[in-house]
Amino acid sequence: MNLTVNGVETPIESGPLTSLLDVLREELGITSPKAGCEQGGCGACTVLVDGEPRRSCLTPLAAVDGAAITTVEGLGSPERLSPVQQAFTHHYAAQCGFCTSGMMMAAQAYIDRGGSDDHEAIQEALGGHVCRCTGYVKIIDAVAAAARGDSFDLTVTASGAAITNLGGVA
Amino acid sequence: MAAEVLVPSSPAEAVALFRDGAATTVIGGGTVVVPAITSGRLDPGRVLLLSRAGLDGVTVDGDTVTIGATTPIEALLALAEHASALAACARNLADCEIRGQGTVGGNLCVGAGYEAPRGDLQGCLLALDARVRSAGPDGERTEPLEDFLAGRRGRLLLDVAFERPAASAFVALAYPHTHEYTVLAVSGARGADGTVRLAATGVAGPGARLRSAEAAAADPEAAGAAAVSDVTFADDALASAWYREQTLPVLVRRVLSHLEESA
Repeated sequence: MNLTVNGVETPIESGPLTSLLDVLREELGITSPKAGCEQGGCGACTVLVDGEPRRSCLTPLAAVDGAAITTVEGLGSPERLSPVQQAFTHHYAAQCGFCTSGMMMAAQAYIDRGGSDDHEAIQEALGGHVCRCTGYVKIIDAVAAAARGDSFDLTVTASGAAITNLGGVA
Repeated sequence: MAAEVLVPSSPAEAVALFRDGAATTVIGGGTVVVPAITSGRLDPGRVLLLSRAGLDGVTVDGDTVTIGATTPIEALLALAEHASALAACARNLADCEIRGQGTVGGNLCVGAGYEAPRGDLQGCLLALDARVRSAGPDGERTEPLEDFLAGRRGRLLLDVAFERPAASAFVALAYPHTHEYTVLAVSGARGADGTVRLAATGVAGPGARLRSAEAAAADPEAAGAAAVSDVTFADDALASAWYREQTLPVLVRRVLSHLEESA
């Protein structure tokens, strides 16, 4: 089997029922998708499968053989953050960071399908994602800003505090 | 890990590989089976993965709506004009990512959960008087969903169909919990001939018709009280049997009230 992961076609050796999450983390060493609940309840493992947000922990490899997979590593780089990554940085939308990868992938899918900055629509799109730091307000603000196409000053947060140690949110 | 994983590329191939279903684990979207495998609760020997079998899709022919087995649950949200209850029931189920992956057939065939009721769509499709087309060793047959749920071992669900009702309604208990499973929900539909059907999800076992409540449907108060005798309540991680028993009559009354409003 093979996957195109962040644009790179990659042969895969894991068994056909291995979860996509385990393929990414254990076989390929791509660690932005997090192994949270591993039963679909938290959203920390969400990646894009042919552009659609999917829980990688629920997805058997054989069901996505040949698919294009996008993870946070495929959004941007520490030097060139994607608009969603910039928005999460500027709005300080990561606290412990565990949910951040899944939140950003859901946000990316939402924006890719033309989602607006409407908070209710964003909540619906991110409804499967749990943040136990309860930082939802800033996360939703960040997604709304990215959906609007705001540009961001990455030296300060939206509240004015200097950003000194967030080289990249990943 | 499974020794044998079969990935049919057509409905006919899926039926042939399913045979009588013995010792075969069927995966629709994987949302239930994959976590069970990952956690070690399930070690299947033979797996039939339906994601490429061409069993997905919704067709509307006149008043008949037919939903293929591997149609993602998310697709039901677009059926509000045909059966508002089904769209509402689907929308109440998990979130858009899970709904995009989980399948209608999987939701109808899933067994009772370990910690919460499963099969959110069962009650709603029972209320819509849905019929199931399935395949087994003796060929294809079409039967009421209720019969299929009672004896589905050895049969592969191909599609589920219903006639557009005159009105339908869905009411779920709003009971926030970290689990997305439905705690308790009641669906109702009034057919073109005026017949009212009611069914519950979140009681013990699969979705259940509320026949005593249907018989008393003209009096919502009596129907709510009667519904309690139609089902068995169970304790689980989401709610107690006692709590469900107290709330079922309320949901029945609300569904009947919605049906009345849309008369």
